[in-house]
Amino acid sequence: MAPRAAARLELLGFTDVSHYKAGKLDWMAAGLPTEGENAARPRAGTVARKDVPVCSLTDRVGDVRDRARAARWDAAVAVDPNRIVLGLLRAGELAKDADMLIEQAMRPGPSTFRPYVPIKEMADYMTGHKLESSPVTTSDGKLVGLLLKSDAVKEAEGCPDCVRKMI
Amino acid sequence: MANLIDRGQLQDLVARGAQLVEVLSAKEYEEDHLPGARSIPLPDINRESAASLDPHRPVIVYCWDSA
Repeated sequence: MAPRAAARLELLGFTDVSHYKAGKLDWMAAGLPTEGENAARPRAGTVARKDVPVCSLTDRVGDVRDRARAARWDAAVAVDPNRIVLGLLRAGELAKDADMLIEQAMRPGPSTFRPYVPIKEMADYMTGHKLESSPVTTSDGKLVGLLLKSDAVKEAEGCPDCVRKMI
Repeated sequence: MANLIDRGQLQDLVARGAQLVEVLSAKEYEEDHLPGARSIPLPDINRESAASLDPHRPVIVYCWDSA
């Protein structure tokens, strides 16, 4: 659609036309703000907790557990130096042997969700799949935050029309 | 032929005065659009609607994805 629009504008005399090829989905998947009716409605990216502890693959479980507890968390996300999500540690993984490397203890390659997903959809999915928490990432895999099912359900109750019509 | 740009290039161009145009339907625009974008749905692009754009400034068009 956009390439045809660009061609049409060029035929109308515009000499400097660019096409943002990845489009609105890419913008929203990056967690960037939008304008419009849905802009103020809660989505996965706005509800996800940004203060979730992060760790590297070479950290030790005991150290990460101590840091997480000090921050009142029972979860942590393993990321690379660019904050790309590599694994997830929920309470069960954080309870493993203190000397174990995160790489051995974590759940590798967890399912992730994009920031623009409506919160009602997230709440329904997480409830249906018994997910207590899920990382929210940009389209290039960078951590936005950790979405807790309890937060998603609570927000969805306050926004019953936050459904797929948003995207 | 239009220049293909990515998100970072879009942000640079907009900061330098480029005009953003969403070419999806008006309804889709009303629900969500990029900050500062205006709506000119593809079927409505003609001399009249294009007159709302400054021909001396860059124009960036977008839809949902690469389609």
